[in-house]
Amino acid sequence: MIEVRAPGPYATVQDLGRHGYAHLGVPSSGAADEASLCLANRLVGNPEAAAGIELTYGGARLAFRAGAWVAVTGAPCPLTVRSPGPVADGRVGNGVPFWVAAGAELRFGAPSWGLRTYLAVRGGIAVEPVLGSRSTDSLSGLGPAPLRQGAVLPVGTAGGLAEISVDLAPPRSPRDAVLRIVPGPRDDWFVPEALAELCAEPYAVSQDSNRVGVRLRGRELSRAREGELPSEGMVTGAVQVPPSGQPIVFLADHPPTGGYPVIGVVRAADLPVAAQLRPGDKVRFSVRASR
Amino acid sequence: MSGVRAAGEHGLLVETGALPVSHRLDALLRARRPAGVVDVVPGPETVLVVAPGVDQGVLRVRLEELLSEALRAPAEGPAASAEAEPVTVPVTYDGEDLESVAELAGLPVEEVVARHAGRELVVGWLGFAPGFAYLTGLDPALHVPRLATPRTSVPAGSVAIAGQHSAVYPTASPGGWRLLGRTPLRIWDVAADPPSLFRPGTRVRFERM
Repeated sequence: MIEVRAPGPYATVQDLGRHGYAHLGVPSSGAADEASLCLANRLVGNPEAAAGIELTYGGARLAFRAGAWVAVTGAPCPLTVRSPGPVADGRVGNGVPFWVAAGAELRFGAPSWGLRTYLAVRGGIAVEPVLGSRSTDSLSGLGPAPLRQGAVLPVGTAGGLAEISVDLAPPRSPRDAVLRIVPGPRDDWFVPEALAELCAEPYAVSQDSNRVGVRLRGRELSRAREGELPSEGMVTGAVQVPPSGQPIVFLADHPPTGGYPVIGVVRAADLPVAAQLRPGDKVRFSVRASR
Repeated sequence: MSGVRAAGEHGLLVETGALPVSHRLDALLRARRPAGVVDVVPGPETVLVVAPGVDQGVLRVRLEELLSEALRAPAEGPAASAEAEPVTVPVTYDGEDLESVAELAGLPVEEVVARHAGRELVVGWLGFAPGFAYLTGLDPALHVPRLATPRTSVPAGSVAIAGQHSAVYPTASPGGWRLLGRTPLRIWDVAADPPSLFRPGTRVRFERM
């Protein structure tokens, strides 16, 4: 069991999401930065899809009632383990599996870059799944509630898991905040120069960004046609443009359907970059094909 | 207009041009699901197909074939899922907005109820919230605007109308649709498989309790 002594600014349980229900109005949800959750799981010998904890801006304090192997990935936080008894606090690293003894508390500082930090624990967070997933969906409210002080999270059994065979994952450095996009499906709803406008200069990440989407401020994108687009299915990474002309990049908790045209979709490899953008960061778009 | 557009590296958006075609294509995709397809999301004029890691060129050809099959079916016939029995939704017509709807429609309350329960509706698509189905085929006399100020909480089971659609609120949520009544029928249950009584193409009949 893990006791949440402090969740930090915002923390949730996340796995790889609930898929196959979008036609029933259910968002996919899941880790915003899937690559980081998968890595943390691999480091402790879990299946990649095991549930972990997604922190926003670090800041959490987690007490372990039983000893456990854990790994922390994503936005790198200063980490300390405070053990019971007269033992000095120990500094531990990101991207490595380490043991947290029973009764110890794991403390997260503020990340040096990025927004979302992932904790995997060997055995996985074993809250009750809803529609096949343990993810908190901030849009629809499905899944467990966001973590609150005093919440207790069960940890699954480590029986049958692979041995921990990795010592260290190379640290991920902050990547250039460039999001490569595939144009469409509704680029024809915009003036012909809109894609060039989108890619011309950086956009600033707005305060009201969240797990639903990264809201951006910058050049307005002009429509070539008036009227309303009939509601249609939306994918993660869709760059949706509401009437304000200011784009929104959809993240994991995006609504499964929407009525604003999508000028382009962020390439899958760049979704972790989008998920790590902080309010105030600058981000650029590119339509060049991947190298 | 119809065709297949890229929706990123993992999605293809098929333009069906009309809701019955979306429903037929959805049914074809359920019956003969191409490998790797994770989600199929019908909309009024489109069907989104999500298939991570699948060769988009191959899938596109397959979807074009299925789309022409869906387009060949009679345009006015019942939706492809019409073989199933319609879902009957029992309703107590005592909604807070019954009077205002009657006024807007220029009909007696009794007639509003009769027209709402008098036709078979079809689930167009779901959205807004899990299990929230947009029911199409509502009597045109009942096409009334949404409330100017949405309610902060509408109870689960509320039967409502707005614009060209009717709906049953699957869970308590804020909402701006006009309330005609309520049903004890549980249309959304995360413990059930499937969790929703309604899916795109489901026929629905409201019945006065």
